[in-house]
This record gives sequence, structure tokens and C-alpha cells, in this order.
Amino acid sequence: MKNIKFAVLGILFGILMVKSEIISWYRIYEMFRFDSFHMYGIIGTAVMIGSIGIYLIKRYDVRAINGEEISISPKQMSIYRYLLGGMIFGLGWALVGACPGPMFVLLGAGYAPIIIVIMGAIGGTFLYGLLRNRLPH
Amino acid sequence: MCGAGRFSDFFRINKRHHYWNLVFLLGSIIGGFIAFHLLSPDHTVDVAASSVAQLESMGFSRVGDAYLPSELFGTEDGMSLSSILLLLIGGLMVGFGARYAGGCTSGHAISGLSNMQLPSLLAVVGFFIGGLTMVHLIFPIIF
Repeated sequence: MKNIKFAVLGILFGILMVKSEIISWYRIYEMFRFDSFHMYGIIGTAVMIGSIGIYLIKRYDVRAINGEEISISPKQMSIYRYLLGGMIFGLGWALVGACPGPMFVLLGAGYAPIIIVIMGAIGGTFLYGLLRNRLPH
Repeated sequence: MCGAGRFSDFFRINKRHHYWNLVFLLGSIIGGFIAFHLLSPDHTVDVAASSVAQLESMGFSRVGDAYLPSELFGTEDGMSLSSILLLLIGGLMVGFGARYAGGCTSGHAISGLSNMQLPSLLAVVGFFIGGLTMVHLIFPIIF
């Protein structure tokens, strides 16, 4: 039962992805053509609210719901990892018009062909696991 | 995880610590079902006029009549082999890239930028280099 909060947040996330049309391939296409404010408005608002949230958490030492300390571990700087990894992600994101979250929301909405994309993404994760030690990080 | 730990240490993870991820994922599938079937009277997208014009010039039809274009995701009658391959390759790049970059849209663009992390800004620049390349240079070739 202690996992119910994660299920509730997941359901809210799914509803939000559909109602904001983030799950639409066309919205991602528009974004990469700078033709619409739609995605920039959504992501920009999320970053603003996130910044306020993180500021308040740090400023007032806010605890998680289970009493644990909230700590965000800093990421190690790397050019290859973020720029190269990001570019590969961006190529795929623009092609299939969905990042990992919306893929599963689309599955719930009943778009069966998204299963092919999800299978590809799981394959890509597996491939990364195999090649990790040989990639520049 | 699912026996993948035999191939790489990367998959030797503590399932109990990450169980909540799967619960959240399941929730998002349910949320997608609820919103799509109960909370959305129509499933059309009001696509910007210049994007519609560009897509039509590449041979897309009925732009915005559904969330996903039939040119890539097929129709109820089925889908072409080239569409299947494109979706598979695209998914592969999303999965590989998200793991390599250590995050995706929510992890880097939203959470990372909210925390003003330089690595996340770099990843977002990477997302756009990749996305702009795909939409402006590769789409005219494949569609």
C-alpha cells in the first residue's frame, strides 16, 4: 500500500501527458521547427516550478514524505556523455515523437504501434549496458 | 533485471529499491487510458500552419487528425516494413541516448535545469542538435 502514492502520481502524469498533447508526434515536430510555443510553454513552466521547488527544499531543508532527507547528487562533468548521448537521444526523440514517459502513456491510450518503439528503447538500453565500458564518459 | 545481469553489471540492480519506478510506470499507462478514453472528447491536434505546410510537402496527409501520423505509425489496416524499421531505430536511439546521457526530457531538461546543473544544459543542447538534424536534414530524405 505504501506504493499507492507512486501509482497516483503516475496516473496524474499520464493524464497530464494526454491533456497537454505532449504525447502527439506533431507537437515534437513543431518544437524542433520552432513553429509553436506549445512545448516551450509546458517545459518552461515545469522548469520554473521545479526551480522554486528545489529552492524551497534546500532553503527550508524539506523532507520527503517518508521523512528521508532530499538530496540531489551532483552529476560529474563530461562533454562526450552529455553532448553525444543527448544528440543520439534527440535524433530518436524527433523521429518517433515520443520520449520514454509518453511512450507508455501512448500505450495506455491504445496506440499499439508504440510497442515497436518501446521494444527498440529497451533494446537501446540493453545495448548501452553492453557497450558502457567502451564508451567515452 | 530479467536475467540481463548475466551480460553486464549495468543490469545488476536492486529491484526492491527501484520497484516504485515500475509502479509509477504502470500508473502512467492507466492515466493514459483514462485521459484518452474518458477525458478527451476529440483526439485532434491543432498543428501550426507552417508545420502542416511542410509536412504536406513531404507527402503527409490528414495532419493533426490524430495524435500520431499514419505515415509513420500506420493505419488500422497495418503498417509498412519501412515504418516498423524507423520506429525500431528511433526507439533504439531514445533508449541508448537516454542511458548514455544519464537522463531524458524530464531528467535533464526539467529536473536538471531546475537544479541549474551544467551537465543537463549540455544534454539539452545535445537533444536539440539531434532533433534539429532529424527534422531539418533527415526527414526530407526519409519521407
